[in-house]
Amino acid sequence: MERLGIFWQFLADNRSKLLEQVLEHVGLTFLSLLLAAAVAIPLGIYITRHKRLAAGVLGVAGVLQTIPSIALLGFMIPLLGIGLKPAIFALFLYALLPIIRNTYTGIQEVDGAVKEAAMGMGLSKAQILRQVELPLALPVIFAGLRTATVINVGVAALAAYIGAGGLGEFIFGGIALNNSTMILAGAIPAALLAVLFDQLLALLQRSGRLQVLKAGRALLILIPLLSSSYFWPQAYGPGWTAGIDPEFIGRPDGYAHLADTYGISFNTTILSSALMYKAVSRGDVDLIVGYSTDGRIKAYQLAVLEDSRHAFPPYYCAPVIGAEVAEKHPEVAAALNLLAGRISDSVMTELNYRADFGKESPQTIARDFLESLGLWRPDQAQGGERLDIGSKIFTEQYILVEIFSQMINGYTGLDTNLRPGLGGTKICFDALRAGEIALYPEYTGTGLLVLLDTPADTVEALIDNPDATYRYVRRAFDASYGIQWLEPLGFNNTYALMARQEMAKRLGLKDISQLKR
Amino acid sequence: MQIPVIEAKGLARRYGSFTAVSDVSFRVEEGQTLILIGPSGCGKTTTLKMANRLITPSAGEVFVEGRNVRELPETVLRRRMGYVIQSIGLFPHYTVSQNIAVVPRLLNWPRARIRERVGALLEQLGLPPGQYADKYPHQLSGGQQQRVGIARALAAEPPIVLMDEPFGALDPLARQQIRRDFREIEELRSKTVIMVTHDIEEAFEMGSLICLLDKGAVQQLGRPEELLLSPANDFVQAFLAEKAAQLEFRAHSLADVFAQLEQGDGPQGPALEMPPDTPVLQALYLLARQGGQGAYGRTLHYGQWRWFTLEGLFGLFRQMLKRWND
Repeated sequence: MERLGIFWQFLADNRSKLLEQVLEHVGLTFLSLLLAAAVAIPLGIYITRHKRLAAGVLGVAGVLQTIPSIALLGFMIPLLGIGLKPAIFALFLYALLPIIRNTYTGIQEVDGAVKEAAMGMGLSKAQILRQVELPLALPVIFAGLRTATVINVGVAALAAYIGAGGLGEFIFGGIALNNSTMILAGAIPAALLAVLFDQLLALLQRSGRLQVLKAGRALLILIPLLSSSYFWPQAYGPGWTAGIDPEFIGRPDGYAHLADTYGISFNTTILSSALMYKAVSRGDVDLIVGYSTDGRIKAYQLAVLEDSRHAFPPYYCAPVIGAEVAEKHPEVAAALNLLAGRISDSVMTELNYRADFGKESPQTIARDFLESLGLWRPDQAQGGERLDIGSKIFTEQYILVEIFSQMINGYTGLDTNLRPGLGGTKICFDALRAGEIALYPEYTGTGLLVLLDTPADTVEALIDNPDATYRYVRRAFDASYGIQWLEPLGFNNTYALMARQEMAKRLGLKDISQLKR
Repeated sequence: MQIPVIEAKGLARRYGSFTAVSDVSFRVEEGQTLILIGPSGCGKTTTLKMANRLITPSAGEVFVEGRNVRELPETVLRRRMGYVIQSIGLFPHYTVSQNIAVVPRLLNWPRARIRERVGALLEQLGLPPGQYADKYPHQLSGGQQQRVGIARALAAEPPIVLMDEPFGALDPLARQQIRRDFREIEELRSKTVIMVTHDIEEAFEMGSLICLLDKGAVQQLGRPEELLLSPANDFVQAFLAEKAAQLEFRAHSLADVFAQLEQGDGPQGPALEMPPDTPVLQALYLLARQGGQGAYGRTLHYGQWRWFTLEGLFGLFRQMLKRWND
């Protein structure tokens, strides 16, 4: 009951945001559906006339369908930038297959005798299509549109990763922030939308053939209308546009804190942290809130603005490990603590750069690094007990887990199994608590502000002191979750506000405070 | 000489190295019915479909009212030829009256004329418009559907009607009934019809001309009695023999074999009485079904009693079979 209360409270507090996201979500779904129908129905008809092409066309549409959505969105960025265009295009591609296939099948399945009779009576090919084939195939085509709609409602959540908005903003924000209420505030309306549209279309489908024809006309009006809903909430004022990931937008030290500290506000666009560097370098946004050790800062020639008022708290990185594993295998902690303080900010940035720009594999980078420190040792034992090591989904974590893995292989009799790229903080943390993974790299700031329910005054007292923060987090984690923080690795990967070097130079931007106008 | 309504000259159709039809020629005059008949795969349907160019001939020409059909657009040609097929092919999303109105609508007839025409056709085909006009095809029986199919073919008053085994899909009872009705449709009598069938009974009943095909070639083209009296070759004879035995059993009644039945009152015991116009095959069937209860059957013809046993009648039946097969 209490949870339900919290949920309603959240919806009430965020109702304008929720409405905006629902409208964006509906708009994304139907705009892409409209485009897909405009392409897929004629294409489906075309391949009934040229059957040799059918297998090829359906095959290609099928392959498009199997591309993981986040990968597809990633491919779109260099071509279409961020925001509406790539999102619509990706959704469009996903909607193609069910519509093409059902149009093709629907027309194929029209009784041959009916077609022969129509031809024998002297109907032209176009007349047969219009008067016989399409009306008879309509229920099947409709079913295809229905499938595509439901797929699109689902995939549209991912559009939040590339700044196209929609209910994914709550969902991914919630995952990043370990906030179940927020996840549900996005997921439940999204599920309701899917059920609602599916049932509405089913109702039309069941209401008989004649009604379907009328409904078809109604849809011709309704779909463009729904499509346009995406644009209803768009009311950007003048000012800086900033790409911000779902985690930063919602956390206590996040966007609100930054805006407060400096008295500024941006036109924010929600962007996946994996994609934001490219987006700012292309000029899709003016600023992003990225990670201070990210290799792409160098690769994309970005300038980090100074945080003269300390709006960003310290984020020292250390492995976190389940109590049970720590107790059973003290050698793991011993091996990883050899890394304590060995990775400085500049070293970490360099390692990230080698991965992001040099395209070296995390494995090679980790080995080179360990060899340079003289820490590298060959694998001690094969086929021992295996530890699962998780990571969040960004470069630094991929490299860190490789380093951890090589250390454990070299210094203990255990084997490792890497499970990198686990969505966000919440997914890693939940996996660790559930024993799905043995350890992953975490940051003190995240522990303090996201994973622990730290009272505001405590945060206030700790936030300027990295060591105190680390001690507090270590103690609280042990007490609350039985999870151990090992020694910090040395670098501070805090958030940082960054812009294109060229723009920063042109405008003389050095410090965040200069952004206030 | 009268110009034939439809004339084919040297029609042929090849698919790669396979010849489906070769050198088929015929002339059909106004009001005549040409039957295309033969075993399956003989090319009868292919020939029919070359008439309205659903299949393009590899060689040969078709003339409709003296005009080469190649000069006409296909759709114009087809709208002047009614087309009825075995699988009927009514538009399932159209009502009965919409189905019948398809071609008149294509020809832009005025609404009132279409409505009048549809009503008249339904009336003629024994489907009262009040009851059937707004029904959908799936609400009709097979026989009713085919009537609508025929009405649809006749709707735009085409001079020619093509029929591809129009009654093939119906059960024997419905089939006889619809054929009887069919003959009574005044309008159809004046039409020039080309009809494909594999049923010799149907061919003899309905055809003014019969074109017997085998392996794509015409075996004999002539009036039905010409085929019976002077078969052109062994194939024609064999084809007719095989089917005609059936024809005869069904056609011959007790009256026809009266002379060969026993005279008098017959043996003691219950007799199964039948009218003299009972077909022989049916008499056999009825007597066999009666079993021990009726030891014999009898019939009264012009005041004379004749009687027969199951064995006796069966012997007669076998003689008839032999005569045809010799």
